[in-house]
Amino acid sequence: MTNLERTPEAASPLLEPVAGNGLLHRRLFLTGSAALVGAAGLEFMSVRPAAAAPPEVPVWMKTPGAGMSPYGTRSRYEEGVVRAVGATSGTVGTGASRTPLERLEGIITPGALHFERHHNGIPDIDPAEHRLLIHGLVDRPLMFDLESLSRYPLVSRIQFLECSGNSGANNAPQAPQQSASGIHGLVSCSEWTGVPLGVLLEEAGVRRTARWIVAEGADAAAMSRSIPKLKALDDAIVAIYQNGERLRPGNGYPMRLFLPGWEGNACVKWLRRLQVTAEPAMTKDETSKYSDLMPDGKALLFTFPMGVKSVITSPSGGLSMRGPGLYQISGIAWSGAGRIRSVEVSADGGRTFAAAALEDPVLPKALTRFRMPWRWDGGAAVLQSRAIDETGAVQPTRQALLAERGAAFRYHYHAIQSWEVSPEGGVRNVYA
Amino acid sequence: MSMPNLRACLCVAIVASAGSTIGRAQEGPGLGVPATPEQVSGWAISILPDGTGLPAGSGTAAAGAEVYAEKCVACHGVDGAGMPNDQLVGGHGTIATATPVRTIGSYWPYATTVFDYVRRAMPLVAPQSLTNDETYALTAYLLHLNGIIDEDDVMNARTLPRIEMPNRDNFVRAVP
Repeated sequence: MTNLERTPEAASPLLEPVAGNGLLHRRLFLTGSAALVGAAGLEFMSVRPAAAAPPEVPVWMKTPGAGMSPYGTRSRYEEGVVRAVGATSGTVGTGASRTPLERLEGIITPGALHFERHHNGIPDIDPAEHRLLIHGLVDRPLMFDLESLSRYPLVSRIQFLECSGNSGANNAPQAPQQSASGIHGLVSCSEWTGVPLGVLLEEAGVRRTARWIVAEGADAAAMSRSIPKLKALDDAIVAIYQNGERLRPGNGYPMRLFLPGWEGNACVKWLRRLQVTAEPAMTKDETSKYSDLMPDGKALLFTFPMGVKSVITSPSGGLSMRGPGLYQISGIAWSGAGRIRSVEVSADGGRTFAAAALEDPVLPKALTRFRMPWRWDGGAAVLQSRAIDETGAVQPTRQALLAERGAAFRYHYHAIQSWEVSPEGGVRNVYA
Repeated sequence: MSMPNLRACLCVAIVASAGSTIGRAQEGPGLGVPATPEQVSGWAISILPDGTGLPAGSGTAAAGAEVYAEKCVACHGVDGAGMPNDQLVGGHGTIATATPVRTIGSYWPYATTVFDYVRRAMPLVAPQSLTNDETYALTAYLLHLNGIIDEDDVMNARTLPRIEMPNRDNFVRAVP
């Protein structure tokens, strides 16, 4: 390191802390001087001795590589990046699989790692046999299949999907010792392509008395939810593509309802029926489940939009630091109300915050990637992120959310996540 | 048509388009295939709180107890006490406490939901296998175990929508 000309740190104003416990300016990584600091940070990363390292020539350069495949797979060295799968006792297909948020970057979730929540397994649907039926308060009951829907004008949007039960683990009295995925892994983000639902409803001729649409899936639970007509006519789509390819079976192949910004359960997969009604059906999954029980015993029905939320994915629970130095804090933020306006990060448990950099694109109702440089001095730290959306809604503290919602609620937990970094470099979930 | 009239017509069309359901000047190719009443009735399994959709048939708690013992008890326990899956009975008076027990009797706002859900999704290993009489009977049994109806009360398309669930008034719609 002696030949490395190190600029005195005070030379760049970007190296001045912007908030407590070592948070640095969000633009640091964009500047020329950042490269030097970045290199200094790397000195803490061990470089393993390897047979292919200089001066040796790696073996994969001395023999032709593998052939091509019709459908690609990832490197075998990445096979450990998987969803955590949990099924209800006594069942195979009832439960959830969680996106490994802490092992991913950017904002797009690979289809194979998109979270899933099923109520009685994944049906094996032959698209030629599948129909979408629209009936009820319409002039013309109609049926559509995948082939016909594919000929309609399509729209594509990058948007998040989140189970409203996501992060509920943090409602436990003791902070669960789980990873970001274990606590928050029921959120993913894809480019969804489909037919605007309004186009299909218009073709069927929705009557004036109609106010709700009861959606039903073709799974073995015949999962069913009532959707307000206004949402159906606003930005709802019948999605038939996800990230450019047909939906995965676990995400509703061959077609699903997609309601931007609204709880995942209402985005009915394997969509087979839309019954236009005057009143909601009050299905099991909108009354017994997915209703918001308040401390006074009142229960709110139809609380569809997902609240403004963020979580730091690196560093996060279960990961470990490689010693003091410069790190990039990285995380995701989203809101069912629209775009993320800003994300603020704290390294001192919420006493001081500074603005993180938002990575383009910042899209409405999509995951937004945020980043923040942090010089960890090797001492104890508690990392937090706080998102604010374009409506001005601010992600609440856990204390504030519990004060409003009580201790027994299950859905729509969206409080600030706290990760404690110990002097030994371990990272764990804490309530701060 | 004179020009002013044409312009007026266009204005009306544009306003109608902007205020219409689509709002994006999109129109489909009209490929929907008309569904016959028979096709619709074969698929339309939703039951609304006012009883819309309830089929013919009936059942009582006594008949429901037999079906329950055969097809439900393994997952929901004796008398709906739960384990390994959801508890269906009891929990009355717990909903406004720190440890609410949400059951059909303590929490569910509509009795029609029991019929709808049991018929479409239960038993887990053979959904949509119960007859309408069996579903009415199971619904009666679960309502009786929760102390909501008498043992001899007959549940059918006329009586079921009239059941007042104990916790109904505690539900508030966030969407009117």
